Amino acid sequence: MGLITEIDYGTPASKAEKQITLTVDGRTVTVPEGTSVMRASMEAGIAIPKLCATDMVDAFGSCRLCLVEIEGRNGTPSSCTTPVVPGMVVHTQTGRLKDIRRGVMELYISDHPLDCLTCAANGDCELQDMAGAVGLRDVRYGYEGDNHVFRKHDDAANFRFMPKDESNPYFTYDPSKCIVCSRCVRACEEVQGTFALTIEGRGFDSRVSPGMHESFLASECVSCGACVQACPTATLTEKSVIEIGQPEHSVVTTCAYCGVGCSFKAEMRGEELVRMVPWKDGKANRGHSCVKGRFAYGYSTHKDRITSPMIREKITDPWREVSWEEAFAHVTAEFRRIQYQYGRTSIGGITSSRCTNEETYLVQKLIRQGFGNNNVDTCARVCHSPTGYGLGQTYGTSAGTQDFDSVEDTDVIMVIGANPSAAHPVFASRMKKRIRQGAKLIVLDPRETETVHSVHAKADVHLPLLPGTNVAVVTSLAHVIVTEGLFDEAFIRERCDWSEFEDWASFVAEERHSPEEVEKLSGVPAERIREAARLYATGGNGAIYYGLGVTEHSQGSTTVMAIANLAMATGNIGRRGVGVNPLRGQNNVQGACDMGSFPHELPGYRHISGDAVRDIYESLWGTKLDNEPGLRIPNMLDAAVDGTFKGIYIQGEDILQSDPDTKHVSAGLEAMECVVVHDLFLNETARYAHVFLPGSTFLEKDGTFTNAERRINRVRRVMTPKNGLADWEVTQKLAQTMGLAWAYAHPSEIMDEIAKTTPSFAKVSYDYLDQMGSVQWPCNEKAPEGTPIMHVDGFVRGKGKFIRTEYVATDEKTGPRFPLLLTTGRILSQYNVGAQTRRTENIVWHDEDILEIHPHDAEQRGVREGDWVRLASRSGETTLRATITEKVAPGVVYTTFHHPETQANVITTDFSDWATNCPEYKVTAVQVNPSNGPSGWQEEYEDLSRRSRQIERPLEAAE
Amino acid sequence: MTMQQAGTQIAARTAAIIDEFKELEGPLLPILHGVQDEFGHVPQDALPVIAEALNLSRAEVHGVVTFYHDYRREPAGRHVVKLCRAEACQSMGGDALAAKLKQLLGIGFHETSADGAVTLEPVYCLGLCACAPAAMVDGEVIGRLDADRLEEIVSQVSA
Repeated sequence: MGLITEIDYGTPASKAEKQITLTVDGRTVTVPEGTSVMRASMEAGIAIPKLCATDMVDAFGSCRLCLVEIEGRNGTPSSCTTPVVPGMVVHTQTGRLKDIRRGVMELYISDHPLDCLTCAANGDCELQDMAGAVGLRDVRYGYEGDNHVFRKHDDAANFRFMPKDESNPYFTYDPSKCIVCSRCVRACEEVQGTFALTIEGRGFDSRVSPGMHESFLASECVSCGACVQACPTATLTEKSVIEIGQPEHSVVTTCAYCGVGCSFKAEMRGEELVRMVPWKDGKANRGHSCVKGRFAYGYSTHKDRITSPMIREKITDPWREVSWEEAFAHVTAEFRRIQYQYGRTSIGGITSSRCTNEETYLVQKLIRQGFGNNNVDTCARVCHSPTGYGLGQTYGTSAGTQDFDSVEDTDVIMVIGANPSAAHPVFASRMKKRIRQGAKLIVLDPRETETVHSVHAKADVHLPLLPGTNVAVVTSLAHVIVTEGLFDEAFIRERCDWSEFEDWASFVAEERHSPEEVEKLSGVPAERIREAARLYATGGNGAIYYGLGVTEHSQGSTTVMAIANLAMATGNIGRRGVGVNPLRGQNNVQGACDMGSFPHELPGYRHISGDAVRDIYESLWGTKLDNEPGLRIPNMLDAAVDGTFKGIYIQGEDILQSDPDTKHVSAGLEAMECVVVHDLFLNETARYAHVFLPGSTFLEKDGTFTNAERRINRVRRVMTPKNGLADWEVTQKLAQTMGLAWAYAHPSEIMDEIAKTTPSFAKVSYDYLDQMGSVQWPCNEKAPEGTPIMHVDGFVRGKGKFIRTEYVATDEKTGPRFPLLLTTGRILSQYNVGAQTRRTENIVWHDEDILEIHPHDAEQRGVREGDWVRLASRSGETTLRATITEKVAPGVVYTTFHHPETQANVITTDFSDWATNCPEYKVTAVQVNPSNGPSGWQEEYEDLSRRSRQIERPLEAAE
Repeated sequence: MTMQQAGTQIAARTAAIIDEFKELEGPLLPILHGVQDEFGHVPQDALPVIAEALNLSRAEVHGVVTFYHDYRREPAGRHVVKLCRAEACQSMGGDALAAKLKQLLGIGFHETSADGAVTLEPVYCLGLCACAPAAMVDGEVIGRLDADRLEEIVSQVSA
């Protein structure tokens, strides 16, 4: 075990097919056309000295260290900017080159401090390496002249000296160490796409500047860390490295934040995490990351983390720390008592989209095998359950059709109800890169989000629809495609049922779906709907990416089907660059759904009523399985209020904060007799818990996560669980206490069981994942290397199914009492209910939820910037501060749900998707009034919250 | 006028200039020239307005403005004297002239006199090497400088 060092080839790989052969220092090497001499040399195993080149960004040719000599050419061209040609003969080390390089290095060092021994980058500094590589022995220039290194110059202040910028909580900018290679500037532009950095001035005055000579924190910087990763010196350095020192070993693992599923190297010193560095071989992120994945891991060691199991009789009692054995025995006794008293189906459980596939599998197995019922559900219920249903109905698989690489071949990107720049930042960076290359962007969103309006990647068409009118607008896009004859007849005839298409086409062609009619209810100008439809249908490869703005509606499933229809009608399915792609909210939503977390499905989306499927598990688990679907989360809560559901095991989900209509959730939980919460922190749900089982972080366990592109990525343990047990061990020990004969020694054995019983996972094993890096399911005999693109030669279900998508307005309507529509979303620096990110330095960017309101609505209500406002719906009310912005349309307000103090879900209602019960978070009729401060509910809640978190500690006798 | 009002006014006047040049290919430099013509310098408050209008980042606009020395960050004096400091002029006694000029004006390079009358700047070649040493006063080039000519210039710009 040592540090994983990735080869830096200096310039990006060429995708050309034509191969070119050349000779470098006597070695013959063959590379694709368009490859640089530098990269070709590295491929041949010859490292040419370099400073300004790195393979994450394009060649720049400024450092003048990578010069080479080429036979038959004059001078000494830079190898990074010189493309290879057939038969080229390159020399990388000649007397002339050595002299030039030494001279250049000498100049660099003449304006760089010689404090290597005490420098944070000591041992990880390319400048130091290059000084060694070129054999620098002497710097003749001295430091008496102009420099950027010393605070004082000739006993006066050195006006060129800039002090360190410590404003960013995670990294430091020390200009005195900067060699102005501009790698950071280019990483910010090319990799991240934010353009927050520049080189200010010229010549010797040149300096890296965030924004307009601002601090990093005040600038446009989004703290993704690409610049820190790109910096060859100690100029931009993680504060953790400054504090701890260089790591000594690293382990490749997968980020536990959003559904992009970025691969990282966790760089460690012993059991201490020094830093997270995105792994270039990670196929989801290709070496990039966002502020959450790279930096926001501090929650894993936060003081709020609970590390001992706790129980209490009543939820008003203080918590009592107990041993694991006592906790398991208590849960077993309680669950058995409840089942004896109220019946077999009076208990259930919830699996977590944040835990691994293996852990999720175990929880649903515990419920099906141990509890003897199908009362298992997962948090995907409240986010992407309509995706599962809608795509399952139309295409036959409940998952996205593409890999993320596919966006590199997309010509028209349509983003519906998603804001990747904030919620899926690494995918957003890849998308923006493609847009800068010329792809077009269409965005359907009520707000003018960061995705609509970002530097060098502005949406070509933005459809600012009223919340709740997705179906109408998407169907109207289909109307234009059908009535203007823009559909792909050949594709439809070959892949779909033509008569179903004709039926659907006649439906969408009805006048009531025309853009002019739909304008009346959606507020989107008809011409823009036409423009978007034409662009998508005729602009080349069209790909749709959508998020929770599609699913979290009373017609969420219908919108998913409408989207699927669009892609089929235009032939945008089954090859690179096209497809329908749900952007999953959480790291393992896809996996949790795959693993049989729904009450009606066994792993692999096989219905519980299928005898053949049940047979597989019945014979393996030695139990009889119920052939009727169990309760969904909202049904469990309803049943609890009715008195027929009394016990629940909740792994890694905070339903009180994340589920809609908080008061209904709390009423349900309060009515239960044994609520078991298994989590890292005493979360909001734990206020109603009787047993708390401490959880482990993704750094503390082995397993797999499945990201939005169906990619199964390994999660690897890098440190001992602070609570003593990984989550899968907790579930296993609970199952054993309940009398089940489980004996998994390692999560790989759980995966083996999954592979054995689930056809789409048949070839998956830890050994295979180690060998392949990652695979996308289905991965079996038919697709041994996994399936990057689905439905290539035909739909999984056979023929693609066109389904009529009738628009039915939600019952959640505005009226005199609640005249505004509230919609909710996420912000870049925070994640979901914020349990993790609020416990990191990320709070410097977002320390409270803010209500966005249009100037017109604000003025009518006398609300000024920063005022406290009362936000009320028919479900409840809360208070928060307002900001006035034209990003939201008149009549629409917006907020995030990251902070428990705000409890935005007190406001949301119990309306939900007709097919899947996915709650309608995205539309709530509300009223906004000026207010003086927190509402009664919030104060009461705060108080209860504090009391319910008390932990009894044994008193120590005074001496 | 408060700072904020000044900022709003700069934004409004900048927006008008942007409208004028926005349709050009590569409109940033013409816009910056327009702004400098309008305000006598490129005020910091104009940068975010330009960035927003052209869908650039603030950093990018800042990078361009600071790259070109001719874009001023602060208002100049009523007169601007640029003295050539390039090789040909130096070889024709430019160093002595520079010292003399600084002494007469009482300011150094990149400085403006306290009364706001004149700003002194070095320039690297006016293309007037054949008539070295050379200077430029308020946009007019002057060749074959000597001590007398300098005093004449100084009395002219100090008035």
